[in-house]
Amino acid sequence: MSRELILQAVISGLLMGLIYALVAVGLTLIFGLMEIVNFAHGEFLMLAMFTAFWFWALAGLDPVLSLPFVVIILALAGILAHFGIIRRLLKAPMLAQVCGTFGLGVTLRAGAQFLWTPDFRTVANPLTAGRVQIGPIFIGQPQLITGGICLLSFAALWWFVTRTETGLGLQATSQDRQAAAVMGIPTERMFALGWGIGLGCVGIAGTMLSTFYYIFPEVGTNFALLAFVAVALGGFGSIAGSLLAGVLIGLVESLGGLLLDPSYKTLIVFVLYLAVVIFRPHGLFGRF
Amino acid sequence: MSGSRTDMLKTARAEPLWPRPPLWVSALGATALALLIAYPFIFTTSFSQHLMILILLYALMAQSWNVVAGLSGQISLGQAIFFGIGAYSSTVLFAKYGVTPWAGLMVGMLLSALAAVVIGVPTLRLRGHYFAIATLLIGSSVQIVFQRWDWVGAASGLYVPIERASPWFYLQFHTSKVPYYYLALGAAAGGYLAVWKLRRSRLGFRLQALRDEPDAAASLGIAIARHKVLAFMISAAMMSVAGTFYAQYVLVLDPERLFSAEISIIVLLMTVLGGSGTLWGPALGAAILVPLSEYSRIWFGGTGRTIDLILYGILILLVCMWRPSGILSLLEERIRRRAGVP
Amino acid sequence: MTPLLDVRGLTKRYGGLTANADIVFDVNEGEIVGIIGPNGAGKSTLFDLITGFQPPSAGRVLLDGHDITGLRPDRISRLGVARTFQKLKPFLDLTVTENVIVGALARTSDIKTARDRALESLAFVNLLEKRNHFGRELSTGQRKRLELARGLAMSPRLILMDEVTGGVDQRSIAGLIALVLELKQRGLTIVMIEHNMQVIMRLADRILALHAGRPIAFGAPEQVRSEPAVVDAYLGTVDDAA
Repeated sequence: MSRELILQAVISGLLMGLIYALVAVGLTLIFGLMEIVNFAHGEFLMLAMFTAFWFWALAGLDPVLSLPFVVIILALAGILAHFGIIRRLLKAPMLAQVCGTFGLGVTLRAGAQFLWTPDFRTVANPLTAGRVQIGPIFIGQPQLITGGICLLSFAALWWFVTRTETGLGLQATSQDRQAAAVMGIPTERMFALGWGIGLGCVGIAGTMLSTFYYIFPEVGTNFALLAFVAVALGGFGSIAGSLLAGVLIGLVESLGGLLLDPSYKTLIVFVLYLAVVIFRPHGLFGRF
Repeated sequence: MSGSRTDMLKTARAEPLWPRPPLWVSALGATALALLIAYPFIFTTSFSQHLMILILLYALMAQSWNVVAGLSGQISLGQAIFFGIGAYSSTVLFAKYGVTPWAGLMVGMLLSALAAVVIGVPTLRLRGHYFAIATLLIGSSVQIVFQRWDWVGAASGLYVPIERASPWFYLQFHTSKVPYYYLALGAAAGGYLAVWKLRRSRLGFRLQALRDEPDAAASLGIAIARHKVLAFMISAAMMSVAGTFYAQYVLVLDPERLFSAEISIIVLLMTVLGGSGTLWGPALGAAILVPLSEYSRIWFGGTGRTIDLILYGILILLVCMWRPSGILSLLEERIRRRAGVP
Repeated sequence: MTPLLDVRGLTKRYGGLTANADIVFDVNEGEIVGIIGPNGAGKSTLFDLITGFQPPSAGRVLLDGHDITGLRPDRISRLGVARTFQKLKPFLDLTVTENVIVGALARTSDIKTARDRALESLAFVNLLEKRNHFGRELSTGQRKRLELARGLAMSPRLILMDEVTGGVDQRSIAGLIALVLELKQRGLTIVMIEHNMQVIMRLADRILALHAGRPIAFGAPEQVRSEPAVVDAYLGTVDDAA
């Protein structure tokens, strides 16, 4: 196994991992705030990808340019989802919460399949197309730029949550809902904000993914699975945890696919998940 | 103790042990049973019999999810695992060793129960969401394994060897669906009878306690881990029976379909719709969703496959938002509250 | 005579925080031992350690001479130890009777027998008229009585009660006191965490006082009450509802 191959796998795993991390951070934010696991998360990612695709296919807008629009659309979708659906689910038992978000995911996935057929789509000739060469390694430019944007997003998110008053309000609500409410932090609005930001992140990830990944109704399922593992690994509710865990999973997946059979990637991730939740139920940084 | 309290105690003791459903419910039930028994002679077309066979099959599968989730509170999103194990066990034994599917049925149940233990012991100790995700991952992994395992046909799957003689030995019927119907009815009836008894047994009470408050249950002498695994095993065995039946019914095994997340999801949707934790909820859910699925496929042609899923999804979303305990929960609650009123 | 419950040096540390430190006390059969202490003194943690819900960092617990330290909670309860929880845990989707039947099923596998036992237990705590209501429909006071009935239906030798009078109105307290005395008369050994000093002074044979996780006094009620360390700890916070 040449060093180049391994290095290649490490880099592509890292870059992919950053995407997993960005998808996971949305999940972890939502769970940290209201203890709901969004089983429709992958489908929202799929919707983001399709939104970017249709902006390109119908309006000729390159994903990089439509990025702000997709983010806004997804963020709005998140806020809508909260006020329309999630708010009611909060009062229901856990079974109903799981099934409710699950049902939402099923509806979105089947809806996408109905509207747009199961065909695979791609965005041809994106602005970011190309390859970058670093030494003996070739990296797709879309992937590299995506990785950079993911990192930037994390930085922005971190700044928001730790340096702005609203962001601190989010943290407070996440840690102790009642105490935060008593101190005048509006819980409902924090929840909606959480959904907005969480799905906004998914919007970024989806748009950037559309520059180099296949777009089809089922695409969200696998990403969601990996995001769940990332959240469990990083700790439910921890932003830093999602970043680390996402990157770790990207690496494990990539190296595992290289050293073992690529088709056993899910199995490897599964073993990782089991190992984490059994030996360290709270994950790396989680409180739950 | 005060006199009124002793009186109340006497009255309470005299109440029937098990709540009696009102007359109209019993009458409805009896009629439904009669109809079910006579069904193939009333509805003689192949399609109508196929429809009912599917309803019965899914009713059994949904009840299996009900046992592990509705009754015991463990949200499994991977029931398809045991469906597939059941189907493959009987088929492999028959195709490769000529073993009758009846024996294959037993072996499938055993293997599924074993799988439930192997999967359950490390994962059931996890809290709700973590366990649900683990079952998702395991389901996906098992599907991949079977798609690559050459001995069981890998991605191309297996065919059940056709035998036209001795249909009851080989469990294949080629001239009519009626025997399949009664087999399905028998399997479903067996499953529901078993769950009916379960709910009235010590185990049944303990599983519900474990579902509602695991800590309190432990403080009352209930071994939590052991009971969770037990519930998982029972539900796995039920799912396996459905799997073996399905293999003998369609005579072809496709790992993509058998282990699909779709099956795991659908049995969940049916039970939640009908009433999770109730006895007949799963059956009601199946009775609603199966015809919905089949007829939307007919009316909308190829895209029907997605329309029924869209409808399922919306239905479930609505149920979870407005009546999370499902359709029948209200009725069952009323019945349980009645004490001996005839 | 061997005490029914013997707690030797129980300690619980969470990283840097010490919730319980070197707790020593014993409970003789048929006795009522009260546990008092300001909020955060580690009383409920102590119950968790004794009943196996949390493993101790150090120390031992003996039940009738047998070491039960670190055993699983269901094993300990099967040995005849019942408990109630400060944060009430009724089985919400079961009826009151079904709730208590679960307790009775610790002793029998026959539902009919369990039900009779459950009804007796419910009659004892005066909850019979709610017997066909669901757990989720009960008020706090009723839920407390339900937990008590559920534990008693196990026919335990020892019961650990966590704040039975908490949130209960004044009038009902007298009834509760009578109930506990009746239990003692039936031979049940009781350990009760209590905030209400009036209640505990009336009921306890001996009292254990905790402060910041440490035992500061253990002995007869009058003795403990006048102990300077206890007075110190309670300064300004004595709940002397007269």
